[in-house]
Amino acid sequence: MQLNKHYLLVAVAVGYLALVLFIPGAAVFYEAFHLGIKPFLSAVSSRDFIEAVKLTVIIAAIALPLNVIFGLCTAWVIARNQFPGRALLMSIIDLPFSVSPVVAGLMIVLLYGRNGWFGGFLENIGVKIIFALPGMVLATIFVTLPFVAREVIPVLEEMGSEQEEAARSLGASDWEIFWRVILPNIRWGLLYGVLLTNSRAMGEFGAVSVVSGSILGKTSTLPIFVEQAYKNYHTEAAFGAAVILALLGVVTLVMKEIVERRVHQH
Amino acid sequence: MSIIINQVSKKFGDFQALDRINLEIKEGGLVALLGPSGSGKSTLLRAIAGLETPDTGSIIINGKDATHLDVAQRNIGFVFQHYALFKHLTIRQNIAFGLEIRKHPPKRIKQKVDELLALIQLEGLGNRYPAQLSGGQRQRVALARALAVEPGVLLLDEPFGALDAKVRKELRAWLRRLHDEVHVTSVFVTHDQEEAMEVADEIVVMNQGHIEQVGTPAEIYDHPATAFVMSFVGEVNILPGVAGLFCNLPTSQSHVYVRPHELDLLHHEHESSTPATVKRIIHLGREIQAELALPDDFVVFANLSREKFAELNLEAGQQVFVKPQNAKSFADLHRAVLS
Repeated sequence: MQLNKHYLLVAVAVGYLALVLFIPGAAVFYEAFHLGIKPFLSAVSSRDFIEAVKLTVIIAAIALPLNVIFGLCTAWVIARNQFPGRALLMSIIDLPFSVSPVVAGLMIVLLYGRNGWFGGFLENIGVKIIFALPGMVLATIFVTLPFVAREVIPVLEEMGSEQEEAARSLGASDWEIFWRVILPNIRWGLLYGVLLTNSRAMGEFGAVSVVSGSILGKTSTLPIFVEQAYKNYHTEAAFGAAVILALLGVVTLVMKEIVERRVHQH
Repeated sequence: MSIIINQVSKKFGDFQALDRINLEIKEGGLVALLGPSGSGKSTLLRAIAGLETPDTGSIIINGKDATHLDVAQRNIGFVFQHYALFKHLTIRQNIAFGLEIRKHPPKRIKQKVDELLALIQLEGLGNRYPAQLSGGQRQRVALARALAVEPGVLLLDEPFGALDAKVRKELRAWLRRLHDEVHVTSVFVTHDQEEAMEVADEIVVMNQGHIEQVGTPAEIYDHPATAFVMSFVGEVNILPGVAGLFCNLPTSQSHVYVRPHELDLLHHEHESSTPATVKRIIHLGREIQAELALPDDFVVFANLSREKFAELNLEAGQQVFVKPQNAKSFADLHRAVLS
């Protein structure tokens, strides 16, 4: 009886995973390749697809460093200081996790769109944010804001401030302390945060799609490309792009595993 | 380098950590800041280092006002209770850190690191990481790292506090020898009076943000300036100054302080002796301690040599007479010791 229950539980778990994870994952690869490699190659060499990849990489390349710098500063301030509002600040940083990405995108439209708070001013000076790269970068920064700070704060707290004080007593400047003492101590936590930020930045759909206007070949990122290609019955193109995104996910997962192991060793 | 502390105060919220401290530390000295936790000793040390900024007052290092100088510019070496070694660097790299910051040539750094590794007797372990060393070894590395930059002042915050008793004892003796070789002005914080007595030339006894007394170990022990010092440094019996107990003392003072080894036990009544009952005999090894009940149920402890104990032939329940050889009372009501 006990044994049967045990098998039943395992069957339920495996069935559930198969239904929501394994079969859809396999289906992506099947759909992309079931007519051979050719349709896939032609899909990933189309101009719109290459533009989408380019845009995705550019957005990540801008959002990632900005959030790394912001995340490091915030983490240090929170980990090394006691001040009123510290707990509140920590929850505010987590806000992008709890706000729906679509709402985040909408917020940006409401601020910078043509009829938004800053819309008129921006139009007068000729700066376009909505339906353009700046808006998409803003949306991406918003949704990936918490990752670095969240990963680095506990590492900094565990490290304590004594090593920094020791370095200072040995004559090191703030800059030298950061590069020679803090960074080597937090590097695995930081790298983990960077990985999470990057995979989310490249995979984000909701917020970016609201502000982008989804103009194929112009303001379409990889996830948006997938949606549009599918809607337009370009199934091979859609699944071809999906395969690329899925592979990105797999690579992130593997690196995440490696980094996580290092984090726990330290 | 000499250090002069001038009217230094520091508050953390409502807590007065330092209250108008004045202190002069002479060049080349080895000074202990001794006190219970919360007495302000660590805060004072960190203020000298520049790791805390005093609210008021000034700190003069080597004739120069250092109150607002950054830690990096004070030319001090600091040793932390939990070593604070750089975990990601080897022992050699740890010791070389300050020299590399100062951009010394690599050859000179290597030579200096070799010298220091020899000084701390860890020649073979230069390429290990701190996690591979024992606590005592790590603290020696921390000392070498601080000494590498040839600081004018060496500051040590409870340097042996995290070590077990045996290693602590070895390191104390080693620190004393090291100071006799290197002669750098050194200040260390401890809550262990035995450690302060053993290592320091001069002891600064602190309590509740004040300095109670400054003196050599002998002065502190034999001529305590305050009730706090008498009770914090060494064992002491504290008795209410009731008339009839040790009646040769001025009874106007509220309490009488007698060290356990300065109580004589007699079989017969004597001038200024007090009758007592032996409650318990405690063998401490070198000495024997007798727990005595005085009239009105006051309890005192008397320490006797083994010979004296044998001579008196003491047993629990016996009637004896207690006579202090030396007892003190203090005009100042001690600030907080009775515990």
